[in-house]
Amino acid sequence: MNVQSPIARQPKDYASDQEVRWCPGCGDYAILKAVQKTLADLQADPAQTVFISGIGCAARFPYYLSTYGFHTIHGRAPAVATGVKLANPQLDVWVVGGDGDMLSIGGNHLLHALRRNVDLQILLFNNEIYGLTKGQYSPTSRVGTKSPSTPAGSVDLPVSALAFALGCGARFIARSFDTAPKHLPEMLKRAHAHRGAALVEILQNCIVYNDDAFEHILDRAHAAERQLFVEHGKPLLFAGGKKGLRLKPGTLSLEVVTLGEDGIGEADILLHDETDRALAGLLAALDAPAFPVAFGVLYSVEGPTYEAAVAQQGEVAHGKGPADLQALLGRGPTWLVE
Amino acid sequence: MQTATALTRNHVERTRLESAVVRFAGDSGDGMQLTGGQFTLATALAGNDLATFPDFPAEIRAPIGTTFGVSAFQINFGAREIKTAGDLVDVLVAMNPAALKVTLKDVKPGGLLIVDSGAFSEKNLTKAGYAANPLTDGSLEGFRLLEVDMSAQTMEAVKPSGLGKKDALRCKNMWALGLIDWMFDRQRQPTVDYLTRRFGQEPAILQANLAALAAGHAFGETAELGGDHLAYTVPKAAIGPGLYRNVTGTEALAWGLVLGGQLAGLPLWFCGYPITPASALLHTLANLRNFAVATFQAEDEIAAIGAAIGASYAGSLGVTSSSGPGLALKTEAIGLAIACELPLVIVNSQRGGPSTGLPTKTEQSDLYQAVWGRNADAPLAVIASRSPGDCFDCAVEAVRIATRYMTPVILLTDGYLANASEPWKIPKVADYAPFPVQFRQDPEGFQPYLRDPETLARTWAKPGTPGLEHRIGGIERDYDSGNISYDADNHHRMTKTRAAKIDGIARELPPQRVEQGPESGEIAVVGWGSTYGPISRAVGNLLEQGHSVAHIHLRHIWPLPANLGALLQGYRRILVPEMNNGQLVTLLRAQYLVPAEALTKIAGRPFRITEIEDAILALESAK
Repeated sequence: MNVQSPIARQPKDYASDQEVRWCPGCGDYAILKAVQKTLADLQADPAQTVFISGIGCAARFPYYLSTYGFHTIHGRAPAVATGVKLANPQLDVWVVGGDGDMLSIGGNHLLHALRRNVDLQILLFNNEIYGLTKGQYSPTSRVGTKSPSTPAGSVDLPVSALAFALGCGARFIARSFDTAPKHLPEMLKRAHAHRGAALVEILQNCIVYNDDAFEHILDRAHAAERQLFVEHGKPLLFAGGKKGLRLKPGTLSLEVVTLGEDGIGEADILLHDETDRALAGLLAALDAPAFPVAFGVLYSVEGPTYEAAVAQQGEVAHGKGPADLQALLGRGPTWLVE
Repeated sequence: MQTATALTRNHVERTRLESAVVRFAGDSGDGMQLTGGQFTLATALAGNDLATFPDFPAEIRAPIGTTFGVSAFQINFGAREIKTAGDLVDVLVAMNPAALKVTLKDVKPGGLLIVDSGAFSEKNLTKAGYAANPLTDGSLEGFRLLEVDMSAQTMEAVKPSGLGKKDALRCKNMWALGLIDWMFDRQRQPTVDYLTRRFGQEPAILQANLAALAAGHAFGETAELGGDHLAYTVPKAAIGPGLYRNVTGTEALAWGLVLGGQLAGLPLWFCGYPITPASALLHTLANLRNFAVATFQAEDEIAAIGAAIGASYAGSLGVTSSSGPGLALKTEAIGLAIACELPLVIVNSQRGGPSTGLPTKTEQSDLYQAVWGRNADAPLAVIASRSPGDCFDCAVEAVRIATRYMTPVILLTDGYLANASEPWKIPKVADYAPFPVQFRQDPEGFQPYLRDPETLARTWAKPGTPGLEHRIGGIERDYDSGNISYDADNHHRMTKTRAAKIDGIARELPPQRVEQGPESGEIAVVGWGSTYGPISRAVGNLLEQGHSVAHIHLRHIWPLPANLGALLQGYRRILVPEMNNGQLVTLLRAQYLVPAEALTKIAGRPFRITEIEDAILALESAK
């Protein structure tokens, strides 16, 4: 017999035959590439992989992958994905949505998918705007965002996706951005490796309605000062190792310190601990320009997954003996009419 | 002891009755539903046919003694076939003034009122809104009144158990049950067995309840109520041979869904969100985990149907359930299931509306919502069950249609069907023909919207199948490739195809039959759902009197049976009784251009037989 070693799947093997229809220059292209690279790195079986999305630009994602895909309705992807995972826990289920989809109309479903700890990789593309409906401000838009629906500027405070997730009881939160071809696949792989609900917030540029929304963080000129890449067990350093974060003495808040100033040495800098929920909360809330924005796995602790606990209850019930419907119908008081 | 009881029973002169209607009414905390349920069981075991109507308030524990806190349980039982819970009450057991006030209007002239005089205090009379005590002011003259201080009798009977006053008084429902058991010559043993199971761990409470039950029964004997002609016997009904049990619509529906899943060869995922009166289905199925059934309590109605759709997408049978307002929330997702052509069963236990409406009261007002209540042209199948037992077959039928045609199916029940019970001949599971689902396995020539040429159902390929990776979604898709398509002609074709698929279900339905009466003639009474009982009895009564009237009852609301139009053309007039403001009547007029006329009742309660009889007679005499 002629045994052939299987040819490794390439990123392009995870592309469907559909024409991609995002605007030229949209950050979604880079994310699609990163996801395809991730799937290739994982050598994911397309037959066992399902991408489920809601509505919005980001939600077109499943059409462009060669895996199973389900483009559902606005905000409800986590609910549909929960049903898929419950019905077949073997499947590798990814959820894709934008900030409007996941944090506005679908906020409730995201809350409960995270709280229940359903084993899903949830990719939240945050571009701080409603793209597909032509540019209204979104729940992550900063105060003062001028949009067709807020011509005088938005007045309501934005929600922080990762702080929200922590409040929901999420056991894995990470942040990356669209134009991070190395970092983003690493985050996706970490999310994939995590058993339970894993939320990855991906800062994504909307070139048409909110171009350069993250310029103040991602622009090369500011990158070093405004990006903090966290790694478990490593000090929270940025600006090329010149600055770091420490607990402000006598408080439970972080402060930026410069190494070598005021006697600050590396020993004074906080070490990142992925399992520290309080630290994760502090990191999730950091915002530029006062602080660098934290990227990486902010929090990761394993816990029992919902579908496994449900399946276990099923096994216990099935272990109690054969299920005989005819016997069930005849259980309790009956009487025979001759 | 048994012998002694039997002897006493034999010495009582009992008046023979063909049928009787008894209502237990009291405070929501008085245990009237339990009492009614136990009397129902004893009555079924005695061989009578029966129908019940539990009627309880929306509040869990409304303020004690108020009229809006009254909970009632009505049972109609007889030596003949029983089709409704009864128009008017023969025997009312009223545990307090509020119960008397609320239900007196439903008692037959000359009917028997059994009241707990111990509860007719000044305070309770005021709470019920009585200016004067009805027991003494002569206002009950048209009735037979049996005043018993059940409270005091119960307190006395349960003394040996050592219970405090509050707990002791809780047993007075068992005292009342004991009395009614005696009155209708019922066996107490099933209730004794029940109490022993329920309170086995609480000996004092068990002892007290048993004592109260026995004391109520003994009161009937020793007070020589037989001499007042208050002892009755209702002979066994002529019921077809077989093994019987009592069943509520909720139980039958749950078991029918289990059977449907088995016949389809699919695991069943029931995804629900608590809502009255649909929650009982979630509870019932949650206890059947040893079958291929699992339940998921979602965060809201939308998530419930979303998860059910996800389960179906993954190759299980997704089922969701709600009541009217919850169904409204699910509407967009139903559209998704229609667009993606996934099997799904949606149970709607209808209740009074709109909005919160009357959560615990029954209504049939979601027919429009079920048939037409979605954005765009979004057809699906709608079926409705007619009785508690019929919920079983309707559930199987819903699963069959959903899987055979790859479509959502709405199964309409209502608050009455969900809670009411009737004797049910236990079906033989082996008599139901399987309809196993065939999942697509072959990648050759596959596309996700390949259709069965006969049923137009699309092929079902589930994730996990190698070579069949595909994408589906709510965006319109190309008829041939299944890819996204915004093409105008393609959308026209797909819309027509979705409609043709649902219309085509009618080809496989059995022809609509006439339940009773001529196949053509003067008047056809067309009903659906839980109005079956009163329509059936009303038409039966009038047929006996020589009127030309027929009863047609629809299970399939959409699509309608293929022969229904021609059948209806054969009658001069068509009467459509509905517990809504006229919905099926509109559907029939629109479909067949027939002069159907509405008979509406939107009172949160089932029709009375006489209401339907009167409407038929009025129609008959109208020019």
